[in-house]
Amino acid sequence: MRNDFKPQDPARTLMRIISYMASNKLQLILVILLVLVSSGAQVLGNYFVRPIINEAIVPMIGTPEEARVYTNFIAMIFQMILIYASGVLSTYFYKRLMVKISNGALNKIREDLFNNMQDLPIKFYDTNPHGDLMSRFTNDVDTIREAMSEGFTALISSLVTVVGTMVMMLVISVRLTLFIFFMAIIMILVVKTLGGLSRKYFNLRQKEVGNCNAYIEEMFEGVKVVKVFNHEEEVIERFDEINEELRKVSTDANTYASIVMPIMGNLYYITYAVIAAFGAIEVIGGRLDIGSLASFLLYTRSFSQPIVNMSQQMNAILAALAGAERIFQLIDEQPEVDNGKVTLVNVKEVDGKLVECEERTQRWAWKHPHGDSFELVEMKGDVRFHDVNFGYEENHPVLKHINLFAKPGQKIAFVGSTGAGKTTITNLINRFYDINSGSITYDGIDIKLIKKDDLRRSLAMVLQDTHLFTASVMENIRYGKLDATDEEVIEAAKLANAHQFIKHLPQGYDTILTQDGSNLSQGQRQLLAIARAAVANPPVLILDEATSSIDTRTEAIIQDGMDRLMAGRTVFVIAHRLSTVRNSNAIMVLEHGEIIERGDHDELMAQKGKYYQLCTGAEELS
Amino acid sequence: MIKTLKPLLKGYGKYVLACIGCVVIEAILEILMPFLMSRIVDVGIANRDLDYVFKVGGMMLVMALVSLSMGAMASRLSAKAGMGFGANIRKALFDKIQMFSFANIDKFSTASLITRATTDTNNVQNMFMMLNKTAIRSPMMLIVTMILAMNINAELVMIFFLVVPILGISLYLIIKISFPMFEKMLKKYDALNASIQENLISIRVVKAFVRSAYEKLKFKKSNDELMETSMKAERVIILNMPLMQFSTYLCIILVLWFGGDLVMDGTMLEGELMSFITYISQILMALMMLSMIFVNILISSASFERIVEVLNEEIDIQNKENAVTDEIKDGSIEFKDVTFAYKKGTGEPVLSHINLSIKSGETIGIIGGTGSAKTSLVQLIPRLYDVSEGSVTVGGRDVREYDIEVLRDAVGMVLQKNVLFSGTIEENLRWGNKNATHEEIVEACKQACAHDFIMSFPNRYDTWLEQGGSNVSGGQKQRLCIARALLKKPKIIILDDSTSAVDMATDASIRAAFRRELKDTTTLIIAQRIASIQDSDRIIVMDDGQIDAIGTHEELLKTNAIYQEVYNSQMKGGISE
Repeated sequence: MRNDFKPQDPARTLMRIISYMASNKLQLILVILLVLVSSGAQVLGNYFVRPIINEAIVPMIGTPEEARVYTNFIAMIFQMILIYASGVLSTYFYKRLMVKISNGALNKIREDLFNNMQDLPIKFYDTNPHGDLMSRFTNDVDTIREAMSEGFTALISSLVTVVGTMVMMLVISVRLTLFIFFMAIIMILVVKTLGGLSRKYFNLRQKEVGNCNAYIEEMFEGVKVVKVFNHEEEVIERFDEINEELRKVSTDANTYASIVMPIMGNLYYITYAVIAAFGAIEVIGGRLDIGSLASFLLYTRSFSQPIVNMSQQMNAILAALAGAERIFQLIDEQPEVDNGKVTLVNVKEVDGKLVECEERTQRWAWKHPHGDSFELVEMKGDVRFHDVNFGYEENHPVLKHINLFAKPGQKIAFVGSTGAGKTTITNLINRFYDINSGSITYDGIDIKLIKKDDLRRSLAMVLQDTHLFTASVMENIRYGKLDATDEEVIEAAKLANAHQFIKHLPQGYDTILTQDGSNLSQGQRQLLAIARAAVANPPVLILDEATSSIDTRTEAIIQDGMDRLMAGRTVFVIAHRLSTVRNSNAIMVLEHGEIIERGDHDELMAQKGKYYQLCTGAEELS
Repeated sequence: MIKTLKPLLKGYGKYVLACIGCVVIEAILEILMPFLMSRIVDVGIANRDLDYVFKVGGMMLVMALVSLSMGAMASRLSAKAGMGFGANIRKALFDKIQMFSFANIDKFSTASLITRATTDTNNVQNMFMMLNKTAIRSPMMLIVTMILAMNINAELVMIFFLVVPILGISLYLIIKISFPMFEKMLKKYDALNASIQENLISIRVVKAFVRSAYEKLKFKKSNDELMETSMKAERVIILNMPLMQFSTYLCIILVLWFGGDLVMDGTMLEGELMSFITYISQILMALMMLSMIFVNILISSASFERIVEVLNEEIDIQNKENAVTDEIKDGSIEFKDVTFAYKKGTGEPVLSHINLSIKSGETIGIIGGTGSAKTSLVQLIPRLYDVSEGSVTVGGRDVREYDIEVLRDAVGMVLQKNVLFSGTIEENLRWGNKNATHEEIVEACKQACAHDFIMSFPNRYDTWLEQGGSNVSGGQKQRLCIARALLKKPKIIILDDSTSAVDMATDASIRAAFRRELKDTTTLIIAQRIASIQDSDRIIVMDDGQIDAIGTHEELLKTNAIYQEVYNSQMKGGISE
């Protein structure tokens, strides 16, 4: 369960959090020392009140002002000032150090989390909901932040205060201390029971909050449909039920959470009253003096407060440990493995032979090491599938015995209904997923041998969802090739037919796009995605439903840019609009993971198979 | 503010009052406790009067029990009041937003409306619950403790007047300085989270372009920035605790010093000195609480303002007085010199001077590029927006004269951005007509070519749809939406690009079914594909908020440049070439 507060292996997780905090061990030790001084000063200071009254004030009672001897009083007050001053200063310094330690640790945790996530395979992203991953960064990191900035030091100081006070109390009276001990156990039990109850209701509440928020979200997203169907009243009626359910559960949850304070506070008074009565009996029995009883009573306060604190901090710390466990689990997730040895290098031709070079030529080659020597194979964009089988899950084949080849510059199209496996094929070429059996080669080299980064650099993708980033138009296009000059970017934009509209944006190429380019139309976003692929300039291009959410008039403009982008490249096209695939060199019709028909448009039409049916459906009316 | 607050407390005001009552009793008892505690030491134990100790101890016990039950009740009551208040706010927001017109909805974004109904409401409700318990309690504790302290010794109280202003001013400065810093930090935090979200969504692009190193660098930069701002803010706020300790310790030492003299003089008992020291920490605690309340009010007032903004929003499409509730005569539509802008007064008109007359039962195709205002045109018919100038009539009467419910019942509209809701297929379809029989539902699904694929699901019409219908394909979703609209048996049906994800053959058979079954229904079809509209009675070509031409497919193909252009681009490389 996601909202579980219980960590699985608290000790290990705690050590790991501490190791994040202990990047500078000296600082951490210093904090602990300062906390000890700070809470020690508090206990000691309170302890001093009684001796000052007993030794410096009481003996002077009735002495006329002129005859009073202040030396002792002043000395004791001075001591107290020293104690308190060191307490205040230690508090400040440990707080200050903790700011540094906790922020540093959180920063490092976030960084590790993010960096490791970048290296995880696509499969991980496909199988984990984004909301879930997001909540590691928000909820889980937040719980650690809370526990770290407050809980850690509060726990130390509470512990010190409790132990210190306990020692002082034992010195005064063992019997009374035993009683206090008994009350402390009751207090801990109360906090534990109520804590458990409130946790239970908070979990219930969390569920109802989820329900209620989901309903709000759904109905706000769909409010226009609600209005078109005059459905307001029904929707409100249902909401009232959900809202009422949430109200009931959260009332209970909050009751249990806030009832702890009055109960604990008053248990303290009860303890005080009972101790006073017992103490009085002891005093009258001669086993205790009055001054000691008075200090003892004072200690009961400094004893019960930290117990309440500690038990509350405990909840926060447990929640943080559970959160940390979820984070560490992600950090420990196995990153994408890459055993590829073949790399991509710049080459030039010297005396009719390819030679590796540092400078940017426009030519690339695969550097294929064989033992000590290596072979240079010019990158051309020849992609072949040999009897490829693949399934996302075992025993669930998605692609079966796929054989195909794309020679440099050829255009291969995939058609077929949703779920036939079209997108899966593209996932395999760039090794987002690894095939189960068979092989895929790029320029004759098995792609398993190629370093993944270099393989992906040799391919460009234009997807149906464009995925633009919050940055300027220029930066978004440059995403395809980080070291592209402004001129190269503009050149690519022109090729993609995007230059025209970019020029008309308020700040031209410097216009900042927000929220996946929501300030642009779908067509304009797609043009930017094409420009991004153009600036990358690889020999192989994958277009996955790149034009399907664009109206046909805009498509004409995009098609033009796309045609220019495709010229001279090996292209894999997936489209459900048949008009976009018809001039391909080969069309593969996929059904249930198998290629059931292949050939160019004319051949397939002549076959009168599935493709013919798809086309004639379209042609019926024209 | 009070005017808005009052109805939101409906049904829970009595809990607020009862809670305050409990808190007052609890606070009084809590203040009396230290007094009794000092009596036990000063009188009972000092005089070795066991009876007195038992008597006062017993009193304390009883008072503690009363105070405990009061405190527990206050917790319960404040939870009831706070959560009730929260539920009321949510309901008020929800009801209000359901009443919103399309223009109202456009003004706020959906995301911001959701935040207001969830996060903001939560902030306000928690704040309210806390206020119930502390708003009365803290000032009361402060005043009463002060009086008690004065009662012991008025001169010694002057120490507070020395320390409290120092503490107050320092706390004020801390809050004032750190508050904008925290706001800045929260903004950085939001930005960081937004960029993580972006990265997660776009991970395929990141990987495809091999940009993880770049993304890591980008993240490190914002992460470090966040750390810097957060440290800056925290460095100020941590002054709180040493400051508090400093004030308390200063008071204790001053009280001991000056009080010591008084005890020596015999004007003050030593027990009284002890109580006085206890009161010091209570007064300072109360002050601290007050400053916290102040900060919390500051934080949640922004949330409350955002809620009030929605509640006070004026709804711009409402029924006229004496709105016509008679059934709409027929499906004829007429636009008379219609001009329309989304933002009233200020916005650029998206439609200008449109004149158009559609006969009942006619089938009209509408085509045009993105931004040519096709959708704007049809949205005026069920009065989703009101015209800026001119008028739209349906069945011979201005749409603004009808009761909105009557009008929208007669106009079935399949929106471009359509949604299905979580629930079974049948439940979703019943949105069109609550009382439809199963046969009627099947009938509508057959017309929308949805019946066959529904029957192919294991649970058929009882198949559960996820939120937004995410477990059916785009084309299936569109067909379900059409069936849902058909169930209304409307006089006019509008399909706003509703078959874009449906394959051509199915698209054609849906239209064939429409022609067969819906002869008397006026049909408006907006489409991207010429094939979807070319057999319409008339086709409207829209361009830049104007009607460029109206005519049949053959006429337009001969005379209209835009139509020809679209036709050619779609038939490019076509089989018929």
